[in-house]
Amino acid sequence: MSNATSQRKYVYRGDPIIEAPPAELGAILERHLGERDALITALEEVQRHYGYLGQDHLRYVARTLGFPLARVFGVATFYNLFVFDPPGKYQVRVCRGTACHVNHSGAILDHLCDRLSIAVDETTPDGRFTLQTVACMGACSLAPVVVVNEETLGRMTPTAAWEALQALDGDETTVRDASATQNG
Amino acid sequence: MSTITINGQTLTFAPDSTVLETALAHGIDIPRLCYHPALKPSGGCRLCMVEIEGRPNPAPSCGLACQEGLVIRTESDQLTTMRRDILDLFVSEHPMTCATCDKDGACDLQRYANQFGIMETTLGFEPARTLYQDDNPFFVRDHQYCILCGKCVRVCNEVVGMSAIDYAGRGFDSHIATPFDGLMVDSSCVFCGSCVQICPTAALVPKVRIGQGREAEFETKRTICGYCGVGCSLEFKLKDERAIYARGFPEAPVNGEFLCVKGRSGWDFVSSPERLTQPLLRKDVAYALGLASEPWKLPDTSPLKTHGRDNFLPISWEAALEIVATGFARVIGEFGADAIAGLTSARCTNEENYLFQKFMRAGIGTNNVDHCARLCHSSSVTGLGMAFGSGAMTNPIEDIRHADCILITGSNTAESHPVISYEVVRAVNAGANLVVIDPRRTPMVDHASLWLQPAPGTDVYVFLAMAHVIVREGWADQPFVAARTEGFDAFAAGLLEYTPEVAALHSGVPASKIELAARLYALGLRNDAAALVQDPDSFATPATRGNSTILYAMGITQRKNGTELVLCLANLAMMSGQIGRPYTGVNPLRGQSNVQGACDMGGLPDVLPGYQKVTDAEKRRAVARGWGLEDLPPELGLTVVEMMHAAVDGRLRAMYVMGENPMLSDPNLTHVEEGLRALEFLVVQDIFLSESAQLAHVVLPAAASLEKDGTFTNTERRVQLLHPVLPAPGEALPDWVILMQLATKFAEKINGGREEPRSQVRWHYASQSEIMDEAATVTPSYGGMSYARLAGAGLTWPCPTREHPGTPILHREKFTRGLGKFHAVHARHPAEQTDAEYPLILSTGRVLYHYHTGTMTRRSEGLDWREPRGYAEINPVDAASLNLRDGGPVVIHSRRGQVRTQARLSNNVQPGVVFLSFHWKESPANVLTQDFALDPYAKIPEYKVSAVRLENPSKRAK
Repeated sequence: MSNATSQRKYVYRGDPIIEAPPAELGAILERHLGERDALITALEEVQRHYGYLGQDHLRYVARTLGFPLARVFGVATFYNLFVFDPPGKYQVRVCRGTACHVNHSGAILDHLCDRLSIAVDETTPDGRFTLQTVACMGACSLAPVVVVNEETLGRMTPTAAWEALQALDGDETTVRDASATQNG
Repeated sequence: MSTITINGQTLTFAPDSTVLETALAHGIDIPRLCYHPALKPSGGCRLCMVEIEGRPNPAPSCGLACQEGLVIRTESDQLTTMRRDILDLFVSEHPMTCATCDKDGACDLQRYANQFGIMETTLGFEPARTLYQDDNPFFVRDHQYCILCGKCVRVCNEVVGMSAIDYAGRGFDSHIATPFDGLMVDSSCVFCGSCVQICPTAALVPKVRIGQGREAEFETKRTICGYCGVGCSLEFKLKDERAIYARGFPEAPVNGEFLCVKGRSGWDFVSSPERLTQPLLRKDVAYALGLASEPWKLPDTSPLKTHGRDNFLPISWEAALEIVATGFARVIGEFGADAIAGLTSARCTNEENYLFQKFMRAGIGTNNVDHCARLCHSSSVTGLGMAFGSGAMTNPIEDIRHADCILITGSNTAESHPVISYEVVRAVNAGANLVVIDPRRTPMVDHASLWLQPAPGTDVYVFLAMAHVIVREGWADQPFVAARTEGFDAFAAGLLEYTPEVAALHSGVPASKIELAARLYALGLRNDAAALVQDPDSFATPATRGNSTILYAMGITQRKNGTELVLCLANLAMMSGQIGRPYTGVNPLRGQSNVQGACDMGGLPDVLPGYQKVTDAEKRRAVARGWGLEDLPPELGLTVVEMMHAAVDGRLRAMYVMGENPMLSDPNLTHVEEGLRALEFLVVQDIFLSESAQLAHVVLPAAASLEKDGTFTNTERRVQLLHPVLPAPGEALPDWVILMQLATKFAEKINGGREEPRSQVRWHYASQSEIMDEAATVTPSYGGMSYARLAGAGLTWPCPTREHPGTPILHREKFTRGLGKFHAVHARHPAEQTDAEYPLILSTGRVLYHYHTGTMTRRSEGLDWREPRGYAEINPVDAASLNLRDGGPVVIHSRRGQVRTQARLSNNVQPGVVFLSFHWKESPANVLTQDFALDPYAKIPEYKVSAVRLENPSKRAK
């Protein structure tokens, strides 16, 4: 057994979640104690709160609700809706539904990927933008739409979408605020 | 009889069996990759599809329940085409590199590819998974060979109970993953290798097997594992007389294919360069005998802090045996036979233990013979002896799997008896309730439906309160109590004061939990009796009582009132009628490979082979006559702890220690060292220069269990044959050969000086088989045993005659002592109480990766890699008050000494409790434990409760 792995003995690294979970996480998990079918619901709620599923979040879910951590990880990686990295400050979702598609939302997506230098489902290194696609936002009359956090921007073009994002420089949370600041 | 038709044959089927099981039972082979008899069918591989008459589509036979009249075809052109297509799909992702593959000849996929003529894929090869994970010394995960059959995931969930791996991702990204795709060692993996054992391809391969050749080149030898008392069968694969790797095999009577990490991977210590290969003589003795020119003195440094290899000179066997025989004869001449004591070994064979105690009793002439069973289950032997008449597991291990309710108390089953924990996990997965009563959160708690956490030393209140509740609620089995037992009324009267509320006050366990535990156990309720579990206030009694079994170990026995605690469990079983039937019983889990046998063979100071009291003149004389003597010493001998006291006092002058390490295993080590150093003559026979051997005058090199034949008796009383797998190193000899030669030499020395000539005592045997034949004549419970009968699955004692089939379940028609006897027990507190100076309670115990004093496991590369150091578990609350860091140093002080070790912060222990593993000489837990409060019946010391305080040695403490 002489090889690299056996030479380096196991070093105890401590229990990463020796402390009780943070209060908000604890409250979410508390609601699902003893529910054997609540894993996905609990994961959804944790992601809704934190915006993503961190490793320690999953560890707390597993330990508190009594699921094996490997299964929690398996379930979380099975569903596309779960993400494992903190999202950017601005979640940019380009609609790829039928109405937006025929109105060239693909070009918007390509342009934003190009300008932000990231692929879909990635976050810019400065943590500002996460780029995603959605199947339909239900705003087909405004197609093509781009949604930034909770704000829907209608009748977009590649350039207009990029300009809207560029406007989000400071502490503004919406494009409208940003435009108002610039115009003011 | 129900039948189905398969390929035109009419076949009977067992209830609840599937078509695949029935076909295999009748020798009809159906191709399959994801099926395993121990696992629930998953139907994933689709190879086992069969045609069913009257149904349009084939169905997987692994999930197809047998129904009367079903007509099945397992072979047809359509099925062959289908199977070829499936295999084609598999090999479109699985490289067909069979020529260089380590699994060549043992790969199921290769076998079916060969059978169906699949050389390569017709679909275009594209590997979906390319990860190669070589992150531990036990096995390698090569994902390109993985066919996602999921057997590894299922065995880890359903049998081992660790759930370390699962499917992750989906579609082409699907793969078998640890959490976060991290290192195996950061998952809950226990490295038991069950996944490796049943992997159908080369996705999981034992690391030691890589590059060692093709399976067909290996020779196969089978023997019994030398670690714990479960008695698993091992199959070794050898090449050029070198052991390549070990595995389980399906026909193994105890463990099937499954093993733990120690059994599968912990045997490489036998080829350690530190093995003793020659007899050794301590340099000062050598000088005194004129064999060395330089005077020399044994250093004062504790053997816990040295290796002692320079203390000795090698000598010949002839000289060594001469010195030992002369030494013992001299001590007898000067101080009498009772100035000598012997420690026999729970890791040696029955035959060797028989010979050792025969040598002590018939050769030396003393009953001063004991072994470490004194320190583990002596209170089981006394307690169960008093209640039932026989102090061993009442039921076989396989019964656990079929129990409805399992009560585990004082047993860290998953770490100390892993393969028994697999049976518990399988029972729980099949719907059994598991109740754990333990102050520490052991891994079994993860599977428990109910966990009672009493403060250390207060569990007696919980047991008494459970009995109180059973009486109060009328859950006692009155017919059983009336017909089979005595003393119930007096016992029940004594329970009045032990209400659950009183117990809650003392133990901290809520009364409602005690009541629920009593109900689950007494009535044998299953977990799927959901209404009962979810509504604990409903005290309805079901029409039929289920089967409950109790498993316990050191947490119960290593106590000042150990015998009384065992009696508590015996009382619970008798009052609930949970004994004397299949799937019930009171089951002490024994810790070492042959600790049961060492006791059976009379390696105890109060009993001869077969637990015949030395004080019983008739039985004693019968044994003496069997050995060619008139009589044997009638006085009780010294127990282990008493021996150490006697050595310090000067009453004991010489000791012969075979395969034991009191210098690390016995309580209050400082005192033990004092005793061993005070001896005029210490002989240690071992496979390594143990801490005890370092103090010896003569050290005799012995063969390990893999290097000899003989028999071990496992915890369920099954006597099994060993077979030599490897040759012993150097001049090392099997213990029985050493004993035989020593006894012969000693008899020559002593005969002149004795009144009774002892030359007629037999000391020469051609084989261990002959020793067993003699042992059978003086040991009633082994009376029917011989090597010819023990081949295969072995025999379970009592087996009194040559025709007797053995007795897997004790106390069926009547108890061994006739009627089962209730003993009134009253609660007692531990001997050592906490106070202002020593405010915490220390409990000691085992770690999965190590065994006993670590002489073997610490020399196993893989085991030592996984857990190289000792540690203490400390509750974060206690740690915070001293600023102890997780993973940092801590010093534990007791009234007897101090130990420095690593602190691991853990909620497994309650605030106020510290757990310390005892395997490491660098952090010897037994420096802290006390040896003054012994159980009055069993003389077992109270390892589990000592008062301690913690100190933070770090400069950053403040």
